[in-house]
Amino acid sequence: MDPIHQFEIKNLFTIGTFGGHEIAFTNSAAFMVLAVVLTAALMLAGTAGRRLVPNRIQSMAELSYEFVADMLRSTAGEHGMKFFPLVFTIFMFVFITNMLGILPYSFTVASHLIVTVALALLVFFTVIIYGFYSHGLKFFKLFVPSGIPLVILPLVVAIEVISFLSRPISHSVRLFANMLAGHVTLKVFASFVAMLGAMGAAGWAGAVLPLALTVAITALELLVAFLQAYVFAILTCIYLNDAIHPGH
Amino acid sequence: MDPIAAKYIGAGIACIGMGGAGLGVGLIFANYLSSALRNPSAAQGQFANLIFGFAVTEALGIFSLLIALLLLFAV
Repeated sequence: MDPIHQFEIKNLFTIGTFGGHEIAFTNSAAFMVLAVVLTAALMLAGTAGRRLVPNRIQSMAELSYEFVADMLRSTAGEHGMKFFPLVFTIFMFVFITNMLGILPYSFTVASHLIVTVALALLVFFTVIIYGFYSHGLKFFKLFVPSGIPLVILPLVVAIEVISFLSRPISHSVRLFANMLAGHVTLKVFASFVAMLGAMGAAGWAGAVLPLALTVAITALELLVAFLQAYVFAILTCIYLNDAIHPGH
Repeated sequence: MDPIAAKYIGAGIACIGMGGAGLGVGLIFANYLSSALRNPSAAQGQFANLIFGFAVTEALGIFSLLIALLLLFAV
C-alpha cells in the first residue's frame, strides 16, 4: 500500500567490500544491465541482415537511428554528428529504462536522483571539456551575447553564467521528478482499487472508476516515458551545440 | 510553531511556484498550437524549439519543486 515502496533498492548479491562500504549488485543495476542488453540485442539483430528492404526488427533499428540523427542534425548541425554515439546511447538508455519501469513489479532506474545526476553531469563536463578543447578561451564567448549595450553587459553575463551552471540541476531533476511523480500517482490510484475492493460488493462497483483511471494514467505514463527521454536527449543536443558553436 | 509543522508548511508554499511554471508551459503549447493551425507546413520545423522552450520554462517549476523536496527530506 506504500506508494514509495516501489523505489526501494534491494541488494541482489554482494560483490565485495571497498573501504568499509558494501559493493552490491542491486535491482537498479539489474534493470540498467537489462536495458543495455535489450538495446544491444535490438541493434545487433537489426543490423545482422542488412537487407535493402528492411524487415521488422531492422526497420525498428533504422527508425531509432534516424530519429536521433535528425534530432542531432537539426539542433547541432552536421558537426554535431561526431557526438552521435553519446546522444544515441543516452536516448536509448533513458528510453528503455523508462519503458521497463512501466511494467508492473519492475524498477524505474530514473526514479533515483543519483542516476539522472550522473547522466546530466556527464553531458555537462563533455560540453565544458570539448568546448575548451576545440575553442580554447573563445569558449567564454558563450557567456557574452553579441549586440548587447555595454551598460547592461555585466548583468547579462552574470545571468548567462548562472543559467549555464544551473543546467545540470534542471536537466537531472526534470527526468527524476517526472518519473517519481508519475509512478507515485499510478500507485496511489492503484491502491484505491485495493482499498475499495476490500469493502465488499458495493466497494467492487465503486472500484471500477479508479481502475479505469489507473489504465488511463498508465497510457499517460507511456507518453511521459517517451517524452522525457526525448527532452533529455534534445537538451543534450542543444548543450552540445553550445560547445560546438559558442557565441550567439 | 512546531519546527516540523513549519517545514511542511514551507514545502507546501514552495510548491505554489510550480503554478507559474504551469501557466508558462500552457502558454507555450497554446501559442504553438494556434500558430501551427495557421501555418501547418511550418509547424514540424519548430518542434525542437517548442520542446526547448518547454524545457527551459519547466526548469523554473522544477527549482521550486526542488526547494520543496529539500525542505521535506534534507532540512
